Amino acid sequence: MPENCIYIARSSAIAARALAGEMMVMNSADSTFFTLNEVATAIFQAADGRTTLEEIVREKICRQFDVDPAQAQADAEQFVTELSGHGILLVSDRPLAGEASR
Amino acid sequence: MSLMSEVGQKAFNLGVPLAVHFDVTYRCNERCVHCYLDHDDHGEMTTAEIKGVLDQLAEAGVFFLTLSGGEVFMRRDFFEIVEYARRLLFNVKIKTNGVMIDEEGAKRIRKLGVDTIQISLYSHRPEVHDAITKLPHSFERTLRAIRFLHQQGLRVTIANVLMTANSSDQGGVQELAAELGVPYTLDPTITPMMDGDTSVLSLRIPGEELPGIFRNPALVANQEEFCAPPQPPSDEDLAGYSCSAGHSFCYISPYGEVFPCVQFPLPTGNIRQQKFLDIWNLSPALQEVRSIQARDLAVCSSCSHVGSCSRCPGLAYMEGNMRGPSSADCEKSFYRTGVPTANMLQQGLSKPRTTVPLIQIRPLAVPA
Repeated sequence: MPENCIYIARSSAIAARALAGEMMVMNSADSTFFTLNEVATAIFQAADGRTTLEEIVREKICRQFDVDPAQAQADAEQFVTELSGHGILLVSDRPLAGEASR
Repeated sequence: MSLMSEVGQKAFNLGVPLAVHFDVTYRCNERCVHCYLDHDDHGEMTTAEIKGVLDQLAEAGVFFLTLSGGEVFMRRDFFEIVEYARRLLFNVKIKTNGVMIDEEGAKRIRKLGVDTIQISLYSHRPEVHDAITKLPHSFERTLRAIRFLHQQGLRVTIANVLMTANSSDQGGVQELAAELGVPYTLDPTITPMMDGDTSVLSLRIPGEELPGIFRNPALVANQEEFCAPPQPPSDEDLAGYSCSAGHSFCYISPYGEVFPCVQFPLPTGNIRQQKFLDIWNLSPALQEVRSIQARDLAVCSSCSHVGSCSRCPGLAYMEGNMRGPSSADCEKSFYRTGVPTANMLQQGLSKPRTTVPLIQIRPLAVPA
């Protein structure tokens, strides 16, 4: 799948809340619990199912944080793979507006 | 330290209300003999008011939301409330007796992404459970709800309150929980009514029965450590706080009252008159609760148990002084370790004063 076609959305099964700049995320299906750092939080919050991951990295991450774009894209893909493996993020090559978070 | 403990400590240090217990109604279809609530509706919040409270709690940083009662399903809008809470991304736990949950209801709960459902079950014998709840066939209906919820893949926990009427049944409930494939929790604490009436305390099991619980390997994993004699308190122990009540946790009643905890009826403000965050940040009563370290406790600061005691400031408050001892916890500390507490020694007692009256009128007639 070309990387500019990855759409990500937050699963409806999760609970999430920011605590002092970090996002707490829990999947009610298996009680996996994560805290996300500032960069990961920015990706998580932008995961609306309609914006591609490439666009999130370019428009949000690279503008807000001093990062190398290629490295940021690679890290973002790894992050998305990990969270989708835990059912926290949904990933598709098509927009996921209907699946986006509650 | 686990990630969850780290987050809890961070919220505690920052004074963020990480968890809230929210009773959405006091109405109930059961009349449990040990219940501390008045079940009449004295003007509980409307759906719109509750949604407004949830908005405020999300803004304040609340993550763990326990919805309880009364019986939550006595509210016709309960699913609407849960759906709204989930839209706001709370981690939702529901406490219920399950009597009104059918298969469709269990499916709806699963679809809403509820984290845990805690269901009260007091015995493995229908006649004992029903005698405690005073609702005929409640055992059967509660058990059916547990099965429906479990079949949906939801996390269900059975909660048993131990009292005189069911003290011989805890093993049976535990076996039933294992058979149903759900975890089991046991609480021997009976609390006074919220209006201060202490008559329900006569239902507490005699302290002499507590060692049987504390030394039961099926209930307490690390008994040696749990029942070890207390160590002399360290400076760290004396700088510690009793619990998260008022620090990173609070309780909200169906009437909008905010308290440090569900069993700590210290008025701090009403969400119908003030914003939640104004109460949380500015209430003098909450600030006072937050200021109390172990070294400030009238009797307990000199007690060898101070570092390991489960002292509940709410129960102490109900005994008359939030800085004082909680006799129920003194009793637990004594029967856990065999070492008298400072509170007992001050009263010249070598063992706790019995909480069960010598002459008892048991409100229940249940088969042996």
